[in-house]
Amino acid sequence: MAQFTTLTSRVIPLLRTNIDTDQIIPARYLKVTDKAGLGDALFADWRYNADGSPNPDFVLNQPQHRGAQILLAGDNFGCGSSREHAPWALTAWGIRAVITTDVADIFRSNALKNGLLPIVVSGAAHAKLLEFVEELPQCELQIDLATQQMTLPDGSLVPFPIDDFSKTCLLQGVDQLGYILNYSERITAYEATLAG
Amino acid sequence: MTNPPQTLFEKIWERHIVAQQPNSPAVLYIDLHLVHEVTSPQAFTGLRQRGLRVRRPDKTVATMDHSIPTTPLSVPIADAQAAAQLQMLADNTKEFGIALYGMDSPMRGIVHVIGPELGLTQPGMTIVCGDSHTSTHGAFGALAFGIGTSEVEHVLASQCLLQTRPKTFAVRVEGRLGAGVSAKDIILALIARIGIGGGGGHVFEYSGSAIRSLTMEERMTICNMSIEGGARAGMIAPDDVTFEYLAGRQHAPQGAAWERALQRWRALPSDAAAQFDKSITIAADELEPMVTYGTNPGMGVPVTSRIPDPAQISNAAARASMEQALEYMGLQPGQALLGQPIDVVFVGSCTNGRISDLRLAAQVMRGRRVAGGVRMLVVPGSQEVKRQAEQEGLDRIFRESGAEWREAGCSMCIAMNGDQLRPGQRAVSTSNRNFEGRQGKGGRTFLASPLTAAASAVSGHIADVRTLL
Repeated sequence: MAQFTTLTSRVIPLLRTNIDTDQIIPARYLKVTDKAGLGDALFADWRYNADGSPNPDFVLNQPQHRGAQILLAGDNFGCGSSREHAPWALTAWGIRAVITTDVADIFRSNALKNGLLPIVVSGAAHAKLLEFVEELPQCELQIDLATQQMTLPDGSLVPFPIDDFSKTCLLQGVDQLGYILNYSERITAYEATLAG
Repeated sequence: MTNPPQTLFEKIWERHIVAQQPNSPAVLYIDLHLVHEVTSPQAFTGLRQRGLRVRRPDKTVATMDHSIPTTPLSVPIADAQAAAQLQMLADNTKEFGIALYGMDSPMRGIVHVIGPELGLTQPGMTIVCGDSHTSTHGAFGALAFGIGTSEVEHVLASQCLLQTRPKTFAVRVEGRLGAGVSAKDIILALIARIGIGGGGGHVFEYSGSAIRSLTMEERMTICNMSIEGGARAGMIAPDDVTFEYLAGRQHAPQGAAWERALQRWRALPSDAAAQFDKSITIAADELEPMVTYGTNPGMGVPVTSRIPDPAQISNAAARASMEQALEYMGLQPGQALLGQPIDVVFVGSCTNGRISDLRLAAQVMRGRRVAGGVRMLVVPGSQEVKRQAEQEGLDRIFRESGAEWREAGCSMCIAMNGDQLRPGQRAVSTSNRNFEGRQGKGGRTFLASPLTAAASAVSGHIADVRTLL
């Protein structure tokens, strides 16, 4: 898995609440058997016009956001389906962190397995971030996972929570399957106890 | 020393912990892993890249449901991408020794319909699938939840998952449902009450007299949509209704093993003094048929209501969200829901594609016609449901009324297989999600029960089934 240590980037505001995984990547793009090309499908129904041309009103298509790696999203981001294609599409496009006031459980779990950092902050902190992004669209935000802090352009710090295990996995790029397989003997012992 | 009282969830959780380090998630053992074509290909590729085998093919079962056509499968699949995906599942399950209810299987169907049908789903189990509606299986008193493809790979390789312990949320539904009100209306009412993030981080346990009086299929409808309330899973304690459903099914324990299983299962219900982290009580008597008007399952109201006015909402983000939803749906605040014209009716999905759902819809359709200009699709949840319906003559009722009678699959719930709305079309759907574009780009979904869907189909607009009963 891709490591996540620090990230300095401009921020893309996408403030709708309850952005579900059908918006992040519509189901018709899930007929793939690999992960190739999913970045093109990210937010497809919002990002493209009916004729397939880019919708200039959609934030991801605006030139000032090109290359940005942080998404500032509305409450309950990633609700809906369990499709891991959602974090695959986000990371393929270049997003490495999503800041919101709440994130759906399965999306969080999937994001953390793909080096995509979900950051949940208070409504007040979210509003402060948005103020900066709206006033200074070119400003950069620094995320430091080790200290669990974001540094705003004015130097102020915003802490964010993350559980120890997820943090260690991201910092070290730990492969969770490798971690589980270290317990193979315990799994075998457990299986021996199962009722017939 | 007596054990502290435990909830159903806690009993299952603790019995499945293989290992747990401090400040780390549990290594949780999984009893049943259901697999389908859409969320598994990359997991099998991962196994191959690491040189791993499937640890317990005997605890892994696959079927084809999401991208499969619901037109007769004797015809080659026109969508090359879908065909390749289905073929890959056939190849992967063959290579790794996994049972597949594939294209030719008479037991093929939506993964959450066939699991219970085959008796694979049993009380006390941990059940996962790369699909968020895995919560359906919680109706049997199992801990069942959706996982991503990385986790599908974890379970294939190790039969375990890393999981952080969720909190518990008691949902008590007391009283009796009125005529024309069904399980779907209970769950839509719950989600409307708590919001689509309301269950985040929690596992619902549904209880109360109204839940006890439901059949297994109705319980499945409720547990199915737990995820639409943001919950990790939804569960109902097993009881005689559960055991009766399971007895004699293909994969249910038999003979002495059945007796032993019953003994274990009867110990599963939450202890009387068990504590929940959260709770809510819903009065079943007060419920009406529910319909959603917006673009998430929490935007639901009784069918007799008017479209809510965003101006009445003080929270700016919630107000904006409702304004966007109404604009997408082409609705105005204050309009009545009853009488809203529709183009399509979809009866099916893992929420409402079981035989009892089709019976309810058929009961309304019998002797009536699908209104002019409305297209109605009836898609059985499994080939077994299809056969049963045909035995009962339900297919004839649907066909004679002008509805399309299809092969089993997810169909227009997720619109991956060509069954989809055109931009701007409005559908009353018995499925689980009304997200923008869920049933086809630009399509507009009104979620409702099979009864409400059928009533709307014959009326040509959103209708109150109680006027037709």
